[in-house]
Amino acid sequence: MSTAELSAVGKPARLSNPIAVDIVKMNKWYGDFHVLRDIDLRVKGGERIVICGPSGSGKSTMIRCINRLEEHQSGRIVVDGVELANDLKKIDEVRREVGMVFQHFNLFPHLTVLENCALAPIWVRKMPKKQAEEIALHYLTRVKIPNQANKYPGQLSGGQQQRVAIARALCMSPKIMLFDEPTSALDPEMVKEVLDTMVSLAKDGMTMLCVTHEMGFAREVADRIVFMDEGQIVEMNEPEQFFTNPQHQRTKLFLSQILR
Amino acid sequence: MTMAEGELAISELHFVRDQHLPPLAPPARMTGAVGWIRENLLSTPVNIAMTVVVLLLTVWIVWGLLDFLILDAVWTGADREACLMSTQHREIGACWPFVWERLPYFTYGSYPIPERWRVDVFFALLAIGVGWMLWLQAPRRDLGALYFFVVLPILSYILLHGFAAIGLPVVDTVLWGGVLVTIVVATVGIVVSLPIGILLALGRRSRMPTVRFFATLFIEFVRGVPLITVLFMASVMLPLFVPQQFEPDKLLRALVGIAMFASAYMAEVVRAGLQAIPKGQYEGAMAVGLSYSPMMRLIVLPQALRITIPNIVNTYIGLFKDTTLVTIIGIFDLLHTIEVARIDPKWATPVTSATGYTVAAIFYLIFCYGMSRYARATEARLQKGAKR
Repeated sequence: MSTAELSAVGKPARLSNPIAVDIVKMNKWYGDFHVLRDIDLRVKGGERIVICGPSGSGKSTMIRCINRLEEHQSGRIVVDGVELANDLKKIDEVRREVGMVFQHFNLFPHLTVLENCALAPIWVRKMPKKQAEEIALHYLTRVKIPNQANKYPGQLSGGQQQRVAIARALCMSPKIMLFDEPTSALDPEMVKEVLDTMVSLAKDGMTMLCVTHEMGFAREVADRIVFMDEGQIVEMNEPEQFFTNPQHQRTKLFLSQILR
Repeated sequence: MTMAEGELAISELHFVRDQHLPPLAPPARMTGAVGWIRENLLSTPVNIAMTVVVLLLTVWIVWGLLDFLILDAVWTGADREACLMSTQHREIGACWPFVWERLPYFTYGSYPIPERWRVDVFFALLAIGVGWMLWLQAPRRDLGALYFFVVLPILSYILLHGFAAIGLPVVDTVLWGGVLVTIVVATVGIVVSLPIGILLALGRRSRMPTVRFFATLFIEFVRGVPLITVLFMASVMLPLFVPQQFEPDKLLRALVGIAMFASAYMAEVVRAGLQAIPKGQYEGAMAVGLSYSPMMRLIVLPQALRITIPNIVNTYIGLFKDTTLVTIIGIFDLLHTIEVARIDPKWATPVTSATGYTVAAIFYLIFCYGMSRYARATEARLQKGAKR
């Protein structure tokens, strides 16, 4: 691969629609329990959204609906022009374009770091092995751990594992990245290296939805903060307004709890 | 100023390390043979007593075995006279001339003598295949797999059963026996049960209710019935329903019965492994866009099979020994040939049975222990490869 191609790989893939994610009147139940209630959220291409709220408020469930790790029961979710329904083809199509980073990394422990990253390009994008490995190395370099490529995930620190997970998602050149509490399972000393990676991604113009409690990160990169409670979106605002001038009672309480 | 008891001096409350502590070698009692023995064998009175008891027990057993197998054993002779206390006027151990004479029978059963080279060739071909598959650094293991799973079964069938067109007279399976039958039955069971077991396990965890229903039905039905019953049904019941000219071969029926039985058990072993794989692995695989089949093949099954290796091998060992049950439907496996030979009047002595059974024990022990060791080595290798 030429350097020009590689640097093209570095930029987030173009969305085919101005609206990256469109969630309309979406509802979800776990059995009798109404986890997500009338969710309306429209995310523009290139927008960075931070979702916060108390535990059990449905934040993770919501972003997991966007790549159909969870199924919604009513309403619409349209991801870059593709509506998520029971059509498996559409689901696969969305998953190819949406990268996800999990709280517990979910790396494949039986594969090396390089294999973890090259796996999806090879098997999903049908890329030749050599090219997939080049791309994998490119992104591993980007998250600053190219020299760990031949180790197994279990041999890395938590922060390194999470950066591998980010690289793994990036190898599919996603148009949208979902982060589900990416720093919650990390030792305090490792939070920064992961956040730095996310900040640099944001600076490249990646469309991002992050569930996180890192308010410093939210302030720095978010275009909008979505606050959820009891399965509903309670308040949504730009970071400055959100932190200095919260409107809803629940938001005020939440902020007073976490910002001491 | 006086200090009350329990209070700390100022110098004890504040501390800043001013020199770095280098790591030191461990104390001598943690290393060396003497240290190990003292630590592990003689650490407490109970431990000392256990060590002595086990030591005595070992000496007693080993001495008894040595006595029977070697020191008192009879090494030459033409018939039972050689192994009788009344004619030899001494303690008699194992009667080895009996084994030498009947060894071909133990190996080939009643396979016609001029055709026995075919069995030898089969053993050699099988050994090549097994070696190729189990030796991990072997060249072209993909070809090895092709050889083992496609070429070998066809070749073996032609060799053992015969193919008149190329000058190999057909040998009816009724004549097969001994180690040949044991190996054939065990190999077929082992090779067939893993893939079918995996499919059944995946079926049982499928999201499609009909698939799940049939997989569960099969597994529970086969597991709920003793192997002997399965074999009886295959050999006695099946012919009642099938016209005689279509009746499948007796050995084939037993093979199918055993393969079914082993598959059901294997399915449960694999299912346990699948259940141990965290949900996050599935989600990680789905999130990068893998669909069901590559997700299972590349992510879930490799991990599930890895953690079930001990149980898979355990099932294999059980299966290997269960092959002796084919005796019940009149198939002459190794144990059955020994059983027949030991009551032969030519060799009837008080030690003949014990000698025969010793041969069987050694044979089964070698194979089962071999499987066990190989599995242990594989586990150790995988542990080293993917430390978590």
